[in-house]
Amino acid sequence: MELFELTALEIARKVRNREVSAAQVLESHLHHITAVDGVPGTLGGDQNTEPDKVHAFITLTADRARQQAAAIDAQIAAGQDPGPLAGVPVSIKDIFCVAGTASTAASKILANFTAPYTATAVERWEQAGAVVLGKVNLDEFTYGSSNESSAFQPAPRNPWNTAHVPGGSSGGSAAAVAALEGPISLGTDTAGSIRLPAAYCGVVGLKPTYGRVSRYGLIAFGSSLDCPGPLTRTVADSALALGAMAGADSRDATAATVPVPNYLAELEKDVRGLKIGLSPDYFRITYFDAASGDLMEQPVPASVRQAVLDGAQKLAQRGAEIVENIPMPHTKFGIPAYFVISRVEAASNLHRYDGVKYGYRTIGQVEDLRSLYRQSRAQGFGLQPKLRILMGMYVSAAQYSEQYYNRALRIRSLIRRDFDEAFQRVDTLLTPSTPAPAFAIGGIYGDSVLMQYADQLLVTGNHAGVPGISVPAGFEESGLPLGIHFFAPDFREDLLFRAGAAYEAASGPRNLAPAWVRGASSSLEVQS
Amino acid sequence: MSEEITPALFNHLVELAALELSPLEADYLRRELNNQLKAIHELEAMPLDPQTPVASHGVPYPPSHSPALRADQVDPYPDPARLLQTAPEIEDGFIIVPEIPHQKI
Repeated sequence: MELFELTALEIARKVRNREVSAAQVLESHLHHITAVDGVPGTLGGDQNTEPDKVHAFITLTADRARQQAAAIDAQIAAGQDPGPLAGVPVSIKDIFCVAGTASTAASKILANFTAPYTATAVERWEQAGAVVLGKVNLDEFTYGSSNESSAFQPAPRNPWNTAHVPGGSSGGSAAAVAALEGPISLGTDTAGSIRLPAAYCGVVGLKPTYGRVSRYGLIAFGSSLDCPGPLTRTVADSALALGAMAGADSRDATAATVPVPNYLAELEKDVRGLKIGLSPDYFRITYFDAASGDLMEQPVPASVRQAVLDGAQKLAQRGAEIVENIPMPHTKFGIPAYFVISRVEAASNLHRYDGVKYGYRTIGQVEDLRSLYRQSRAQGFGLQPKLRILMGMYVSAAQYSEQYYNRALRIRSLIRRDFDEAFQRVDTLLTPSTPAPAFAIGGIYGDSVLMQYADQLLVTGNHAGVPGISVPAGFEESGLPLGIHFFAPDFREDLLFRAGAAYEAASGPRNLAPAWVRGASSSLEVQS
Repeated sequence: MSEEITPALFNHLVELAALELSPLEADYLRRELNNQLKAIHELEAMPLDPQTPVASHGVPYPPSHSPALRADQVDPYPDPARLLQTAPEIEDGFIIVPEIPHQKI
């Protein structure tokens, strides 16, 4: 087995035991990235370049990573413990600031922005011994579920079938982890943006409780919804990654002061005695019928339903009690409420981009400051940020806010109430991750309503703030991965890890990466 | 059903948003806004008790989960020059902008 195939736990153990050096681990990953990733996403790049490669990265910071790996090895040589992530290569969604590196949000308006400080989540991983490989691609400002909206092309592709999207918005993260380009990636989840691409790419994606991980240094989308979290290949690595970054932060007043448990120890407890709920409201989906212009309802596809029921059966065999018919009646309002709340928050957050303080400034002649604002924003933002700004301004305008914004916030209360009542009866809820596996590139891009409804089974967790995890659940007939998903009460990520790890164990060994990905590095050696 | 975001209303929003759009962009964005509003109107299908509270975030923040407020004292940023380096145009420690629209009183 090559070093780039190891889990984060295995890498950290081997580095701490001096079986391998952090430098060796890093070089193995860099060599593999060269083989599978292809050209990085660049501003104005061609989306069709190298269609058989992954294209997860925007910026590979190899020299910085080599310095970090050398520092880890020096610590080991001096008899010091670098921490639980000793020598583990990680990638960072390019929506987080990392000091001295380009931090672009996959937007032209930040393409020239070099962050002057580092996000808390990244800083904590680095303090725990992680080696940062670089920044991975995403939908522009995280606005999408496919990565096709990135201003940095070619956008990431799904390693299991490169004609399909990796999902989004943390698509670069999911694609990188699935393609063995580092065992951990840091993503963000505002409506499902960690868990959806995790399901599409056959990896584990965790959205922690809102406030479990600091948002300091995260370029904001929906400030009441955004959650940083890890994408990994195993549930144990997810527990390791969360434990290394969770907790209070004096630089983020919404980072809760709830103690951080030892998630790896909790994970060993399995599911005997846990009550796991199933809700009929998560077995039907809403979709936008282009012909009639109406919103329609239908059951989830049989393969998706079966994956969840198989999961329930496996957990029951390990001693969990399955409780059916948990009502979650406000689930179907998750996306309509999200269309309002997230747009208001996005519009507010995007007003800071004005061509004055940082980022893109128009190079054209301008009459005055107002003209500078307009032209810089017009040229710097892509279509998706513009769409969110306009909707946010409309639904929060004084004459419409009661009809739209306040109503959406009240319905958010009802979505939260669904979870509060459910968790009086069960410990976790088991649901599908997505209505379907990854769609083809170009399949629905441009239809902003259809794109948003891909998140409909996940967004309720963002409204309520509760944590959720998507775990790989085999493959559809098409060969594309499926995911199943667990919700848990506030700050009970330990329950998610127990359920996820038990399901993983019950499912037996699984194919962690596509065959072409495993073979890519050796073919590079043959060619060179 | 008539379009909720008419061309006139759309142009007003574009002005408020400090944007400028090509005709192609404007067509796409106005169509998508009206499509999204069809989904948003689903919220009206929900009979809503006016006493239902608004939720500005999902997770409650009782005092036991909330960090203590910082002391009310000035905490200068250690390296303001580094922040200024990110500005498109600076001179003598100031950010340069074009003429600011104003009226003489």
